[in-house]
Amino acid sequence: MVTVTDSTQRRTPKAAKTTSVFKKAVMAVSGIILVLYLIAHMIGNLKAFSGEEDFNHYSEWLRTIGNPALPGATALWIIRLVLLAAVFAHMWAAISLWRQAKRARPQGYVTKKAVAQSYASRTMRWGGVIIAAFVIWHLLDLTWGTVNSAGDSGPYDKLVASFSNPVSTAFYAIAVILVGMHLRHGIWSATQTLGQSNRRREVTVNWAATGIATVLTLGFLLVPFSVLFGLID
Amino acid sequence: MTITDQGQHSAPAGTQDKRGMNLTLRVWRQQGPSVKGKMVTYKVTDISPDMSFLEMLDVLNEQLIMQGDDPVAFDHDCREGICGMCGLMINGQAHGPQQTTTCQLHMRSFKDGDSIDVEPWRASAFPVIKDLAVDRRAFDRIIQAGGYISVPTGTAPEAHATPVPKKDADNAFDAATCIGCGACVAACPNASSMLFTAAKVTHLGLLPQGQPERDDRVVNMVAQQDREGFGGCTNIGECSAACPKGISMETISRLNHDLLGALRAGARPKS
Repeated sequence: MVTVTDSTQRRTPKAAKTTSVFKKAVMAVSGIILVLYLIAHMIGNLKAFSGEEDFNHYSEWLRTIGNPALPGATALWIIRLVLLAAVFAHMWAAISLWRQAKRARPQGYVTKKAVAQSYASRTMRWGGVIIAAFVIWHLLDLTWGTVNSAGDSGPYDKLVASFSNPVSTAFYAIAVILVGMHLRHGIWSATQTLGQSNRRREVTVNWAATGIATVLTLGFLLVPFSVLFGLID
Repeated sequence: MTITDQGQHSAPAGTQDKRGMNLTLRVWRQQGPSVKGKMVTYKVTDISPDMSFLEMLDVLNEQLIMQGDDPVAFDHDCREGICGMCGLMINGQAHGPQQTTTCQLHMRSFKDGDSIDVEPWRASAFPVIKDLAVDRRAFDRIIQAGGYISVPTGTAPEAHATPVPKKDADNAFDAATCIGCGACVAACPNASSMLFTAAKVTHLGLLPQGQPERDDRVVNMVAQQDREGFGGCTNIGECSAACPKGISMETISRLNHDLLGALRAGARPKS
């Protein structure tokens, strides 16, 4: 056994809140919030097909939801704060479980063969890190326009400027495919973690996870590639 | 031997090749818990395909003893696939290429000239005692934390006094087939003991006798498995694929369901 020292004692879970399963539940619930947001985000993106006016109008509407009951962009800020909290909770749970897993096997196998794991499940952690990096670039590009060639212009102009660049579209596409894989395993895993899966439902849950992940991936890829191939300009 | 052979009968006598297999083994040798270990290469010759993997290691050990070397330490007991004592990482798979225990893995699963890597279960909660033998008392402590029911001792109660629905009895039995070998931990990329704990929680949680302690059981067993230093579950499924008893991922969902319900109901782990 490992010698118990002060530092390991401090790490010993004392309350239920620190159990690994509670962390997983935090990961699952925050993940569900983010998936619901992605669905709304994708529907918003597809407005690009209705033309510049509709797209910009939709963007304007996001900033005025609930007016005049709610002043200005209150609703948007509430959404942003919920998302930010979800992202941080998701990352906290992931990093803490990642560290726990590293501590749990300090010496790896000389030979290890994977039998059941999918590419999606294997890339959850590093995939998540890449997705986080992408989200920062994505905000700099299309929200603040800092790295966008169209600068801080209208939403539609920024969209067209960004995706007319094949490099930008490629980075976006890779990130979206990573998100799709993350969701493929994440949706199944969240169902398990929240105790909603069983032998009878397992097949359905897995198909639903693949279905939602595929629809979201394709939905997000449609707009940038349409811009790249000149269908939207 | 063919009786315990799980249906894989060897070719009838006379038709099979009488010559045995020659194999190269790379075995993890580690003198003690705090000593650095390494893979050591050995050759074994004339291995019968009817031998179990452990019998093949017996041959290796006889050879080592004859040469005056230290035999390879490995755990084993019943050699019938029911005690859960044996368990080796064989070519990167817990219990080797067949979904069974190491003692029930037969050398016919390998070919003449094969090179086989043999390692111990690797997890900080399962420290190596020597070579391939690991200390799995962490599992015992998880059981002590709640993997039991409290009943008055004495005469066995009338079996029909407490009816159990057939479906629950079947599912509880499926979970109860867990022999605690630790293959789930060994195969898990996170070294998580979730499938083991989930099997126990499912087994007792489905039966009427398990109800009074159901909330405390799940909360305390999960707290103990975290305390032992096992990793967290990420629902990858390597455990279930390696489990010699085929315990399903469903048990993990059931554990999570029970745990979250117990936490909502105010159950907290004993410190």
